[in-house]
Amino acid sequence: MTDLLEPRAIGQALVRRDGEQKVRGTATYAYETPVENPAFCHPVQATIARGRVTAMDTAAAEALDGVLAVLTPFNAERLASTDDAEYAVLQSPEVAFRGQLIGVVVAETSELAREVADGITVAYAEQPHDSELRTDRPDLYAPEQVNAGHPTDTSEGDVEAAMRSAEVTVDHTYETQMLHNNPIEPHATTALWEPGADVPLTLWDSTQGVHPDRAAVSEVFGLDEQQVRVVCPYVGGGFGSKGNPHANVMLVAMAARALPGRPVKLALTRQQMFFLAGYRTPTIQRLQLAADRRGRLQAIAIDVVEQTSKVKEFAEQTGVPTRMMYASPNRRSTHRLAALDVPIPSWMRAPGECPGMFGPEVALDELAEELGMDPVQLRIVNEPDVDPDTGKPWSSRHLVECLREGAQRFGWSDRGPGRRREGDWFVGYGVASSVYPTMRQATSTANVRFERGRYVAEIGAADLGTGAWTVLPQIAADALGVDVADVEVRIGDTRYPTASVAGGSSGTNTWGSAVSVAAREFRDKFGTDPHDGDEASGDVDQAAMDEDHAAYAFGAQFAEVRVHADTGELRVPRLTGVFACGRIINPRTARSQLIGGMTMGMSMALHENSVFDPRIGQVANHDLAEYHISVNADVQQIEAHWLDEHDPYVNVMGSKGIGEIGITGTAAAVVNAVHHATGVRVRSLPVTLDKMVPGLP
Amino acid sequence: MDAEISLRVDGESHRLTVDTRTTLLDALRERLGNTSPKKGCDHGQCGACTVLLDGRRSLICLALAVAHDGAEITTADGLAPAGELHPVQQAFLEQDAFQCGYCTPGQVCSAVGVLDEVDRGWPSHVTEDLTGDVELSHDEVAERMSGNLCRCAAYVNIVPAVQQAGGAR
Repeated sequence: MTDLLEPRAIGQALVRRDGEQKVRGTATYAYETPVENPAFCHPVQATIARGRVTAMDTAAAEALDGVLAVLTPFNAERLASTDDAEYAVLQSPEVAFRGQLIGVVVAETSELAREVADGITVAYAEQPHDSELRTDRPDLYAPEQVNAGHPTDTSEGDVEAAMRSAEVTVDHTYETQMLHNNPIEPHATTALWEPGADVPLTLWDSTQGVHPDRAAVSEVFGLDEQQVRVVCPYVGGGFGSKGNPHANVMLVAMAARALPGRPVKLALTRQQMFFLAGYRTPTIQRLQLAADRRGRLQAIAIDVVEQTSKVKEFAEQTGVPTRMMYASPNRRSTHRLAALDVPIPSWMRAPGECPGMFGPEVALDELAEELGMDPVQLRIVNEPDVDPDTGKPWSSRHLVECLREGAQRFGWSDRGPGRRREGDWFVGYGVASSVYPTMRQATSTANVRFERGRYVAEIGAADLGTGAWTVLPQIAADALGVDVADVEVRIGDTRYPTASVAGGSSGTNTWGSAVSVAAREFRDKFGTDPHDGDEASGDVDQAAMDEDHAAYAFGAQFAEVRVHADTGELRVPRLTGVFACGRIINPRTARSQLIGGMTMGMSMALHENSVFDPRIGQVANHDLAEYHISVNADVQQIEAHWLDEHDPYVNVMGSKGIGEIGITGTAAAVVNAVHHATGVRVRSLPVTLDKMVPGLP
Repeated sequence: MDAEISLRVDGESHRLTVDTRTTLLDALRERLGNTSPKKGCDHGQCGACTVLLDGRRSLICLALAVAHDGAEITTADGLAPAGELHPVQQAFLEQDAFQCGYCTPGQVCSAVGVLDEVDRGWPSHVTEDLTGDVELSHDEVAERMSGNLCRCAAYVNIVPAVQQAGGAR
């Protein structure tokens, strides 16, 4: 148990400190780093889905004026470590998926680099590829564990027996689509290799964590961590796709090493991002629910089939939220993977929870319908006293309160059992729960220094729009007991103390903890009247890392949809979310994050869909004209509210993390509202007209 | 092939040599060091490169520099003198109409263009009365701002920011 900081600056809706640079466009993102005389890179990608490069004709390219280097698998430097196959760039002529990097051209201008890269002729020995995800594949396998270290399968009691004997059952299969993170800032880097310098390799890289980025790069190149500097003051969105470096970072570093002393720049094109920057695997989820007439679950089971690439395994933990959301004596969760000749899936906002709160939350709606029960009430009667997965007590759990307050704010009681039609439109309401685990990373360090009358906190944290530039000063101010205006924070550089990745909604929890410990150390050492240059450092508070409680943020989302009676056109005029996510550090930036997550959830429900063509092994709609994300006109009223939750078991701020919970459950709420409006139950995302029209009343 | 052109960017005149394949966006970002307009897609699909080109909002990733010799360009950084903010920028700050900030200069320029178009009475797809004044309603703003993608999804705050700036004129 932790005494929480007395909130003075914490809780204030301060305007973003980096706001002025961002509205003017003067915040410098990675590619924009001002450097003298940069050279420009353009990658060469494989145009087969499996096989081997037998030859690349680069002679003509290399002879062109202005071409500085052409790297291929046949001439590139040998990397020190190829343990991570994603980073083994240009180390072998083998092609594991279409779009894999097989070369890079470095030239005096970006136009020339692109022309030359596109003109290189490549000969292949092509092999048949296998890139279709199906549940009847004989080669589905159980990974050793799933993402974030969770066990692959869990089982308690006897689900099958409960399904046979229960009064009411639901047994359906749900599908979530392949999704691409698509931050608007492409994956981009400016790199400089200066042999002989103390820090020979500098990367201005768009990353969710300068220190994890440095660790990966230094290992691949066999450098000491101190020989690599990563700088990233601003990140133009990541949503998980910049949590780990991808192959492009290794490629630009190789290009820099081929041109010592010359800064080189590489930005993936939007199209290249669909091959190289990670994505969310499609998931196929079989849900089984058994209940008594009063709605109490007797069994809940989820069996997940999803894909990974053959070259590197990523196992999305889709079944994990089913393990802890609701009480039931009989429970099962399994994950099976198909290893395919496809690009490498990775983190995308709320891996696990985002797809994993679709199937179960729609299945619950189907169960409520079978029972003739209010779906809010069905969730309330299945509220578990302790975490069903671990048996631990909750650090705090206010799902029921979120459901009740959300219902009241939304006007859920207006929802009749029957269909409602207003003019040409069917109107429906739907609900789903949200959840995200409260994570704290083990390592992060901060410095606090007194400098010319102000306090300076330094930590290699990342602000990807999440507000770190603004909220860390608030935490530091309260930990020091000073006005927030007297605190400056410096982030986004490996010259500052080690910070964990901005992932798992753990950034503020982890870095804020380190900052507050450093502030406490500072006060202990120097009192309230410090001298210029006094400095103290602090690590994440291990004592506050309570292991005896299950810590999660919860929420409830309510959706109103309108479906056109003739065309099936679907609109979402209202989304209301109520969250219990600990103490909110900055209501202004927090609301934006929660609403942003909900909007991305709506986008998943209605618009986003990476259409993978297994015949050629690539996403067919690999740009922003055809991969649709919600635009301004798709959004009407989206509200995020939160409860005043006080959790003494998470960290000294009492914060639980808010970056990801907003996207969980949204798509289910929309799908459930569509069913209420029309009677059409869509079990595969996204909800498109072709799935609606045949069933419209 | 290279060509020499003149551009006036944020009030400053430049004479520069460009490859005839160079887009206006790359001319600004890679030749003139003005990185206020952003590259998000390079195909006119995301709106991050929006600037005011000869007074009207324009996607400069789709414009070849050589075809715009003599053009007058205002980026988000040129909307107000250093240390001051344009009313649209101020409203974006106050409404928290952005998160990561990468689409923001394009959103801001687009919003300035929208307010001008509304002033001129130009109708949009959602305008009911094609001949009267255009009201700066939610639907009008949302429709007109839909060429600017925001992956952080600040749309709910962008619309009131544009309305606020429109009201403040």
